[in-house]
Amino acid sequence: MVTVMELYQLLPKTNCKICGESTCMAFSVALLGRKKNISDCTPILEENFKKQKEKLESLLLPSAGAGETGMIVHPEICTGCGNCVVACPVDVANDPRGAAIGCAPTNDKVIFRVIDGKVVASNIKECRRFGKNKVLCYACIDPCPTGAIEFV
Amino acid sequence: MATCPGCALLCDDIEVIVENNMIKETKNACRRGAARIKGCINRLAPSIAQKPSDLESAIRKAAEILRNAKSPMLFGWSNSTCEAQAKGIQLAKKLGAVIDDTSSFCQGLLIEKFLQKKFRTCTLEEVRNNADILVYWGSDAQDSEPRHLSRFSYFPRGESRQRGYEEDRIAIAIDVRESNTAKICKGHFYRIQPKGDREFILALIDALSGKVPAYEPKKILELASILKKAEFGVIFAGIGLTYSIKDDFDILVLLADKIPNFHIMPMVGHYNMRGFNENLFRETGFVNRVKFDGKVVHDNKYSIVEAFQEKSIDALLIVGSDPLSSLPRSLIRHLTSIPVICIDPCVTMTSKIAAVTIPCAASGIESAGTAIRMDGKIIELSKIIGSDYLADEELLTRLMGAL
Repeated sequence: MVTVMELYQLLPKTNCKICGESTCMAFSVALLGRKKNISDCTPILEENFKKQKEKLESLLLPSAGAGETGMIVHPEICTGCGNCVVACPVDVANDPRGAAIGCAPTNDKVIFRVIDGKVVASNIKECRRFGKNKVLCYACIDPCPTGAIEFV
Repeated sequence: MATCPGCALLCDDIEVIVENNMIKETKNACRRGAARIKGCINRLAPSIAQKPSDLESAIRKAAEILRNAKSPMLFGWSNSTCEAQAKGIQLAKKLGAVIDDTSSFCQGLLIEKFLQKKFRTCTLEEVRNNADILVYWGSDAQDSEPRHLSRFSYFPRGESRQRGYEEDRIAIAIDVRESNTAKICKGHFYRIQPKGDREFILALIDALSGKVPAYEPKKILELASILKKAEFGVIFAGIGLTYSIKDDFDILVLLADKIPNFHIMPMVGHYNMRGFNENLFRETGFVNRVKFDGKVVHDNKYSIVEAFQEKSIDALLIVGSDPLSSLPRSLIRHLTSIPVICIDPCVTMTSKIAAVTIPCAASGIESAGTAIRMDGKIIELSKIIGSDYLADEELLTRLMGAL
């Protein structure tokens, strides 16, 4: 996954503040957190920064499909084992007689479901990484041996 | 709810959405199971000598081949229902044929020991509710039975293991490579050399007896201290372990005796391999490699591998298996020189060289029946969609009639 420094290296590094951020470094943090768009930096849209802009777009492309919590599920490498379904603390709390004990989810409150052999995330607002009291939870990433789930 | 015939876990919590007698979507099935339930693209058609034929003629021709053969073999069975397997055993008796299944080069040896009650074993529900130490030995459950860890063994909360994998369970992997299961076991992965299982077991027995093991003492003593603390431990014995110690299984019995709270469970791949083993064991006292020659004869030479090596069979009926793609090239040469009858729902490598092909319904999807899960529990398979194809049980009945 792309880092803040990689993004920063491609920016004009003039700290012009046009984007509303105090420095280019702050802008690259906002860019990675999907709070700002590349077009918010007007100098980079100029012709002499064309190559850097294209590189930035290609670096940010993988996170384009991320949900509100920054979660990306890669269906091409997911094996549908359901480890994340059972390991997710939200699924366990919301479905103690289904997902928590390894069985099929019994209600719609769970975050992860396996459909057609691949995991699909829904109810994303229930995720512990979302909202005011968010925590840096890794419960669905750690049990995935193929690395099919990641957060950006 | 439907049952998935994808592997020997036989997950019975699968939701299938059917539209116009077509499977539109599966829920809760892993990738392997979903692909199995959705079926194959290339359906097998009846043929004789690679030329299209009708079903009745194909069955008549198959009966003729089997009738004229001096030493026919009936092989496959691991992807058939228990009812079809029972019919297959009857057919072998009627023909005086050799009968063998994929377990002769898979977990047959281990399952035989279980049926002879040499090991203490348990059910997967007991594992979920009670197990605290899980040892995946020579087995990559994460890839072979994808829902094993999430549905039964490591991740779920159980009656006595309310905190699940986070605090109540320890997963240990012993393998020759860092498999996907080993990645989940993280700090408890013990890498061994190929065929190093025997040495590892002996060292572990030493450590459990209070001696200092000769082989990697620090790691073995650490593992022994974890195993000793188990309240309910399970060793999931994979094919890697079976292949490595097949000539000296008693050392595994010895190890199981040293750790009193441990159970051993065979990791089976095909969905009803254990079913065939149990059916044949009930009839003959053996799990595979049997010839009905007036009486029951059991010998290594009746395994498909030995039979190909010795060129001792002159006709082969294959039900739901594809030996051409799974056996080494040196062995399959004999397969191409004898008449092969292939009963399968799909076009396979073997069906392409078969003298007679007979299509059947996909069991557990287009036909119902029963199967035996890897821990010995009988599971009902339901019919999910209708089909014009006959179940393999019905085809074998017709074949017996034609004989």
